[in-house]
Amino acid sequence: MSFLKQTAIRLAYALALLLAVVVLNFTLIHIAPGDIADTIAGDMGGATEEVMARIRADYGLDKPFIVQLGIYLGNVIRFDFGYSFFFNTPVTSLIAERLPATLLLVFTAQIFALVIGVVLGVISARRPNGLFSHFVTLLALFGFSAPVFWTGIMLLIGLSLMLPLFPVAGMTDVTLLDAPAWRRYLDVAHHLFLPALTLASIFLALYSRLCRASMLEALGADYIRTARAKGLSERDTVYRHALKNSLGPVVTLAGLQFSAVVSGAVLVETVFSWPGLGTLALQSILARDTPTILGILFFSALVVIVGNLLTDLVLRLIDPRIRGGGA
Amino acid sequence: MIKRLLGASSALAIALSLQAGAALADDGAKRGGTLIWAVQNTPRHLNPAVQSGIATGEPGNQLFAAPLRYDEDWTPQPYLAESWSTSDDGLTVTLNLVKGAKFHDGKPITSSDVAFSIKTVQENHPFKTMFAPVESVETPNDHTAVIKLSKPHPALLLAMSSQLLPIIPEHVYGDGQDPKTHPANSEGVVGSGPFKLVEFKRDQHIILERNDDFFIDGRPYLDKVVMRIIKDGSARTIALETGEAHLSGFEQNPRDINRLKKASGVTATSDGVAYAAIGPIAWLAFNTKADGPTADKKVRQAIAYAIDRDFVNKAIMLGTSTPALTGIHPGSPFYEPNVETYDLDLDKANALLDEAGYPRGADGTRFKLTVDYGWAGIKAQAEYVKPQLKKVGIDVVIRSSPDFPTWAKRVGGHDFEMTWDVVFNWGDPVIGVHRTYQTSNIKKGVIWSNTQSYSNPRVDELMEMAGSEADPAKRKALYSEFQKIIAEDVPVYHTYALPYHTVYSDKVGNPPVGIWATVSPLDRVYLK
Repeated sequence: MSFLKQTAIRLAYALALLLAVVVLNFTLIHIAPGDIADTIAGDMGGATEEVMARIRADYGLDKPFIVQLGIYLGNVIRFDFGYSFFFNTPVTSLIAERLPATLLLVFTAQIFALVIGVVLGVISARRPNGLFSHFVTLLALFGFSAPVFWTGIMLLIGLSLMLPLFPVAGMTDVTLLDAPAWRRYLDVAHHLFLPALTLASIFLALYSRLCRASMLEALGADYIRTARAKGLSERDTVYRHALKNSLGPVVTLAGLQFSAVVSGAVLVETVFSWPGLGTLALQSILARDTPTILGILFFSALVVIVGNLLTDLVLRLIDPRIRGGGA
Repeated sequence: MIKRLLGASSALAIALSLQAGAALADDGAKRGGTLIWAVQNTPRHLNPAVQSGIATGEPGNQLFAAPLRYDEDWTPQPYLAESWSTSDDGLTVTLNLVKGAKFHDGKPITSSDVAFSIKTVQENHPFKTMFAPVESVETPNDHTAVIKLSKPHPALLLAMSSQLLPIIPEHVYGDGQDPKTHPANSEGVVGSGPFKLVEFKRDQHIILERNDDFFIDGRPYLDKVVMRIIKDGSARTIALETGEAHLSGFEQNPRDINRLKKASGVTATSDGVAYAAIGPIAWLAFNTKADGPTADKKVRQAIAYAIDRDFVNKAIMLGTSTPALTGIHPGSPFYEPNVETYDLDLDKANALLDEAGYPRGADGTRFKLTVDYGWAGIKAQAEYVKPQLKKVGIDVVIRSSPDFPTWAKRVGGHDFEMTWDVVFNWGDPVIGVHRTYQTSNIKKGVIWSNTQSYSNPRVDELMEMAGSEADPAKRKALYSEFQKIIAEDVPVYHTYALPYHTVYSDKVGNPPVGIWATVSPLDRVYLK
């Protein structure tokens, strides 16, 4: 089966899944007690019966559920995600405002986690009983078990408060709005470091363990013995043979974990006030802002699908067996 | 004859309104600088005329000016209205507007903008009682607005301060679009306040710049205000400690407050009448019409005796909050401290429960009750009730709600027995206090209405009279009796005023710490 055909089938599945996601979530949000009128009343410090009735009428919440769902689905099929109840702004523009920040965070964290994870994995696999290897094991255990918001706050206290190296919150320093472009890029990178490291901490643990294990397996394999026997340098043996073969599982896992990274971003964004989709998602769930929640779900599903497709591509690059189209 | 009769504390108010702004000493104030202000929430939009609440109020007060302002205490000060007067019968209030005041787009502010703003607020603002008695607003000339009332309405003065009556331009909002969803609420906002909008980026920042044509000469002092939206309390605390932010209002987490109080270069304060106009009171509410023990006044009194208000204030709130004995904020001139206080007395509580006909069963339990809470900030209070009421034989089940709308639906729908709650006074008792106790405001499905289903004809009568009593002393007496009856009936057991603190760096001069705190214009704030 050709790669294109495979991809097409996957996309068709993804679309059907997306539709199911929308219907299911619309229903779930509808079942949850309270609605946007309660939220707005709460936000305003109270409201009268008439005000609440007007809010419900304005947003069509006085119509029967099935009519509301029908209207929404009809709009989504035309790529119209409607207006946010809470912000009175088109959902697509709300999301377009946030998506780049989340993408930046998620991809940076994923790359951090992969690069650092693989490096740590390789080093510790070369001396599986050495001190460094034990240190990596400990680090991995810690990174994986510590709640990500806690890790974030600890990093904040350590590297922003006690040792003021990094800014506390946000994505940009507003006093630099008129600065030259390179200065602002640097500023975003400066703000990005802690949140990306926090988000990477869980996955870094995972990848380093997996990389270590598959490296150990590879290093004990016959072809490594052959490579050594034919006099290849240790460097070539480890990096060109063993590492290349053990990267497969790591990349596969990274692809599978992609959705987890996106959902982890919600917590990290809240701790660091990172202005991405996660912050918006949390707020809109708490506000029962149905169009925004559904819009975000739709777009994050899209991000995950794209992430998985990218994983496939990378796998094909590093593993010729997949390129052949056999599996 | 029309004489000056100025609501709350008339004699002082007259003196002050005649010599405009004399009380506001700005010695040492300096021009220039950018204030970094940490705020907790992204506002829905920036127009307080159609959106109440703190998130919109903080930026809204900078963008829009109002007829009156209250900076330090309960004395009304001239703002867009350079003077005002109330007729003898209390049915006519005349505002004389500052001449030459302009909106941010250069158009003059006229009395018809005032009339338009009152009408917009009347129709769209959630607090209907603010302008309910207003029958019409006459505009004999550009600088005079005459408000005609159906009955005397002393709450009007507070309702005309900037949090509640921003003057919005008729030439922008009068274009026929729904003011609630008007595009000018978030972008290209045209107000007449001390600052103009530069940029509003949701969940990131609101950037304001000095309004060079502000109608008060020489103000504001700051060139720029950057409001940074930082939702996480710990992150905000760190930003204030490191000096990344200069100012923050409405800080209420006891741990963060105590930490900031110890930090150097930063002051955290909530002294005197600070936040008294917001008037946030935390209480344990009872469903007085429940099909269960809370319908019995004796049971409610017994619970009040069994709960230790002192413990709540000192141990749970870590000493940051102020005890509140009634539904009117302790910082309000109408607060009556001489009410039944229900100091901890377990014997009395037990006796009252016996009297009410709920003897202890074989296992020592009298009956079961549920207690609700709607958000994390009052979870500890709800948890405290369980072991405490066990001492008098009440088995309490704590029912948590995953989020605010869930809790609002339950309590608004009268599906509860007891719940912790926080309700705001919003200035005058007519606006934020009456709603909790009025028989006419038992409205199923509406949160912060009279969800207790409490009904007492005398209480209704007292509120009715106090709402239209122009004489401050008589008004105080009416509210005093009102508070005593509420304390006796215990539809809610009042525990504390929320420890709202203003946190500011040593660099900040004239920090906003008055009754409206940071929901007031920051034209007097400067950087040292």
